Amino acid sequence: MSGPNTEYDPVEVTPLKADEVEAMRDAAIAAISAAPDLEALKTVRLEHVGDRSPLALANREIGALPPQARKDAGQRVGQARGAVNKALAERQVQLEAEHEERMLVEETVDVTLPTDRVRRGSRHPITLQSELVADIFVAMGWEIAEGPVVEAEWLNFDALNLGPDHPARTMQDTFWTEPADHHVVLRTQTSPVQARTMLTRKPPIYVACPGRVFRTDEYDATHSPMFHQVEGLVVDEGITMAHLKGSLDHLASQLFGDGIDTRFRPSYFPFTEPSAEVDVRCFVCRGIDSASCRTCRGEGWIEWGGCGVVNPRVLVACGIDPDTYSGFAFGMGIDRSFMFRHTLEDLRPLFEGDVRFSSAFGSEI
Amino acid sequence: MKTPLSWITEYVDVPDHVTTDELTARLTLTGLKLEGIASPGAEITGPLVVGRVLTMEPEPQKNGKTINWCTVDVADANGSGEPQGIVCGAHNFAPGDLVVVVLPGGVLPGGFEISARKTYGHVSSGMICSAAELGLGDDHDGIIVLPADAGEPGQDVRPLLGLDEEIIEFEINPDRAYALSLRGIAREVLVSVEGASGFRDPALRETPPANDAGHPVVVEDEAGCPVFVARKITGFDPSAPTPEVIAQRLTAAGMRPISLAVDVTNYVMLETGRPIHGYDADLLQGPIVVRRAREGETLTTLDGTARTLSAEDLVVTDDSGIIGLGGVMGGQTTEMSATTTSVLVEAAHWDATSMFRTGRRHRITSEAGKRNERGVDATICEAAADRVVELLTTYGGGQVDPGVTVVGTPPSMPTITVAGDRAARVSGLDISEERAVAALRAVGCEVSGTGTLEVVPPPWRPDLTDPQDTTEEVIRLVGYDTIPSVLPQAPGGRGLTRTQLLRRRIGRTMAGAGFVEVVTFPFVGDADLDALGLPGDDPRRTTLRLSNPLSSEAPGMTTTLLPALLRTAGRNVGLGATSLAIFEAAPVTVPRASGPAPILPVDRRPTDAELDALDKALPDQPLHLGLVAAGEHEQAGWWGPGRTVTWADAVDAVRTVAGALGLELATRPATTAPWHPGRCAALLLGDVVVGHAGELHPRVCTAFGLPPRSVAAEVDLEVLLQHAVHLRPAPSFSGYPVAKEDVALVVDETVAAADVEAALREGAGELLESIRLFDVYTGEQVGPGKKSLAFALRFRAPDRTLKEGESAAARDAAVRVAGERTGAVQR
Repeated sequence: MSGPNTEYDPVEVTPLKADEVEAMRDAAIAAISAAPDLEALKTVRLEHVGDRSPLALANREIGALPPQARKDAGQRVGQARGAVNKALAERQVQLEAEHEERMLVEETVDVTLPTDRVRRGSRHPITLQSELVADIFVAMGWEIAEGPVVEAEWLNFDALNLGPDHPARTMQDTFWTEPADHHVVLRTQTSPVQARTMLTRKPPIYVACPGRVFRTDEYDATHSPMFHQVEGLVVDEGITMAHLKGSLDHLASQLFGDGIDTRFRPSYFPFTEPSAEVDVRCFVCRGIDSASCRTCRGEGWIEWGGCGVVNPRVLVACGIDPDTYSGFAFGMGIDRSFMFRHTLEDLRPLFEGDVRFSSAFGSEI
Repeated sequence: MKTPLSWITEYVDVPDHVTTDELTARLTLTGLKLEGIASPGAEITGPLVVGRVLTMEPEPQKNGKTINWCTVDVADANGSGEPQGIVCGAHNFAPGDLVVVVLPGGVLPGGFEISARKTYGHVSSGMICSAAELGLGDDHDGIIVLPADAGEPGQDVRPLLGLDEEIIEFEINPDRAYALSLRGIAREVLVSVEGASGFRDPALRETPPANDAGHPVVVEDEAGCPVFVARKITGFDPSAPTPEVIAQRLTAAGMRPISLAVDVTNYVMLETGRPIHGYDADLLQGPIVVRRAREGETLTTLDGTARTLSAEDLVVTDDSGIIGLGGVMGGQTTEMSATTTSVLVEAAHWDATSMFRTGRRHRITSEAGKRNERGVDATICEAAADRVVELLTTYGGGQVDPGVTVVGTPPSMPTITVAGDRAARVSGLDISEERAVAALRAVGCEVSGTGTLEVVPPPWRPDLTDPQDTTEEVIRLVGYDTIPSVLPQAPGGRGLTRTQLLRRRIGRTMAGAGFVEVVTFPFVGDADLDALGLPGDDPRRTTLRLSNPLSSEAPGMTTTLLPALLRTAGRNVGLGATSLAIFEAAPVTVPRASGPAPILPVDRRPTDAELDALDKALPDQPLHLGLVAAGEHEQAGWWGPGRTVTWADAVDAVRTVAGALGLELATRPATTAPWHPGRCAALLLGDVVVGHAGELHPRVCTAFGLPPRSVAAEVDLEVLLQHAVHLRPAPSFSGYPVAKEDVALVVDETVAAADVEAALREGAGELLESIRLFDVYTGEQVGPGKKSLAFALRFRAPDRTLKEGESAAARDAAVRVAGERTGAVQR
């Protein structure tokens, strides 16, 4: 609190002098706008707004004035200080913005530099193709069934109407395990999974069985001792070849594009009868002007797999009443489907593990 | 099965407007798939004519060869009518012979252009052709000499050689053995091609009745050989040439013409589907006896192979012993030869199963065996033998012996009972019973009854035995192309199983961690396991062996993914990918002591116990995850140097996968091949070791061509999948402030950090929120044989702010327990 104001002549007191207050104000504002950076502004603040600044000192003197003079002086000094503070705040914002802008410019980097500190991983295209196929079936309400790769001979052959003396056994060159009288093979097809499914579940059965299979084929551009198949099996009441055709047309259109359908040609498989080869319409030329098409080699169609109506003998061996239920089955190569879907002419890259091959497909196909 | 089109149309009339493409397209749709159409003469252009050799002057050359300077009459084909001068290197002809001449301007297969050129001191204006030069087989023995009545000089030679023919190749399904004959193919044309008519059955012929004057034949095994027909000719001229048309057709069919007698038997086989065997009748001793071989008997077959026979093999014998493997291949001792003048013709029907077994047992694939094991018309033995006799005597002279031996009678065909609407129900097509009956009759079946049909297949269709067989016949003739497309409605499915979803998650996790998935073959050999450095008693050395591996070096089913992954990694490194990370998730095969997998009946569902026995006979096939990484795990770049992969990256990759399944794996030191004995971690889920990870043994890196310090891991995913956390309760967090305490503990170098951490954790009590080892120091400040482990501990209470000193007290308690357990001293 100020003491009695006896020492000062009110007229002599600075706040009362309008021109001096204005000069203080103007000096402060000039200094503020002249401050080149935030550091300088800090000094200016001390000089012109700080406790020892002329305006602060003037303000302090107001209390010593006689009451009748206080109002005027207070207003004058208050306005001056307000103007200075405003200028200071504005300059502060301005300088901060300038500073930030400069800093950001200075911190600019070359964003075209490589960023591959850690190499990308990828999944194998056959895994991806298998999953893609599985997803199509799952979307149809089917389930995905699986079984062992090293399989009982009975399940790989006999249960599928391939008796020990069936000529068709020579169609599939089988890897046998030792001792031979244990009747254990590397499955030559994923059909034993179908048999297992029928043996353990009651119709209606709607399953697809993707998996690896084995044949004693020498390894070359079009043969591999191990490859991948997907088979489908439906056992229900009133199932016909029309349902088979519908399912395969759907799979074809999902895998190869809208409007891609299939055609059947009579064939022979012990597991099914009637049996058919299924060709898929060439998804490149669509059967129009096929002559120069490299994908289907001018055929308009691509051999895709085999299919047919489940042989009643198979139903019987698997405990399903052929008088009540009928079914269809089909199978095709996953590798083969992948090969023509992605125009790969030699299958060996699929099994040679060159990281450049898998990497080319990333994690989705 | 390959045949010239003209051979087919010898037995059936096809309307003129039907093109070859239409014909084959139609046959493809009904089940005889077109494999290809070849035109042997398509590559030959320009003048290819008949020439008559007028003169030939042998001229010895300096190089030791003798060439013939010939003049050849080609009439006006050369434009002048003057004899054509041609140098020829062959010698199998004489003046007056008709030969095949390609004149200048002509082009032979392989783009071989013919021009008049100077050679051996003459201008040779053209070439006298061999069969090989025309693309007709591989016979280089000399030039073609045409029969004397083949044609006139100057005439286009293409029709004479069948070079203008289209040769059609069909793929014959194993159930359609009848189509392995012109008879069968022509019949398919008749039923498949609209407008085809006038089928002439080559097996339908008058044959002389059987008598007792023929060569004596005794069939001891009637089931194995239900019919045996023998006919004989004498006075045959073994040097008589095979008529051009027969030779051409055999060549077109892919069979090499050999001699008239052999060619005729093959020709009749192709014509009728009935395999025929010819014996040199003068070499036969006594009656023919057909029986099963006695175990261990031997026979040298026509192909020169000495074979030891099984008691299941059907053999043809005479007084000298075994003279043939019935229905599969004849023997050498009675083989027809260039001096054979008497031929005994055998047309016999054999048991198909026995044929199949014998063929497989002796690894014989022959044209005869292929037909006999798939099923032949049993009723045409007499007709086929008669046809052979006719052709032999027509082209080779001689007399038909009046003796006709016929032993046995053809088995009767079964009656198939089938519902008249079965084809409609199976196909989803509207097929009336009338249509079905008509289709069955078209393929030769006898059909009676209505509603329920009694169907007797024709004798050439032994493949038709079940209702499904006749159903297929009906539907294929109605047309597979007419079957509508109807999507069946599955009941709501359960989607992918949890295991299937998790397996995908594992693959994505690995790819996300920078690993590239590969797929390898699961075959393994001792050399691979040696390269891993597995000790002799390592259980991974016990593999399931294959009886017929592709390579004797990899005869087993692998027990570990690592050999193939290491090989793959090495191959990549060899190709320049010196930094890489690969993985594979695949089953391995772990043998277990088990009995055989029974061959169960197929006329009923096996019992659960029987099925159980099947599964028990199979090896364990757990899904494994394997990974290999080499070189830089993080690349060098503008950010600084790269970081070489370490044992810890291998461990962490597996832990990341486990984490994706909601599992945490503990580690402990292990000394397991193929890892570095001091840098291998056993990975544990609870107390169970699920796999190993770490740095590879230096010798293993060398063996597989990998950079030093490469790393690997292999885990059994089955265990992880089994324990994958399914429903996780949501966590709750304390909102009170955290208190951080760092401690540095000095322990012996041999003390496991995990043990120190476990002790700290236990000693810190309930307030401990987390603990993390953030630094390991060895060096002067801690002294030799010691290491300093720095841990960051975070403390927090669930319900309050910790009081001053509370966290420090907990920290001290933790250090105390660590000290007691591990000898740790706070720095």
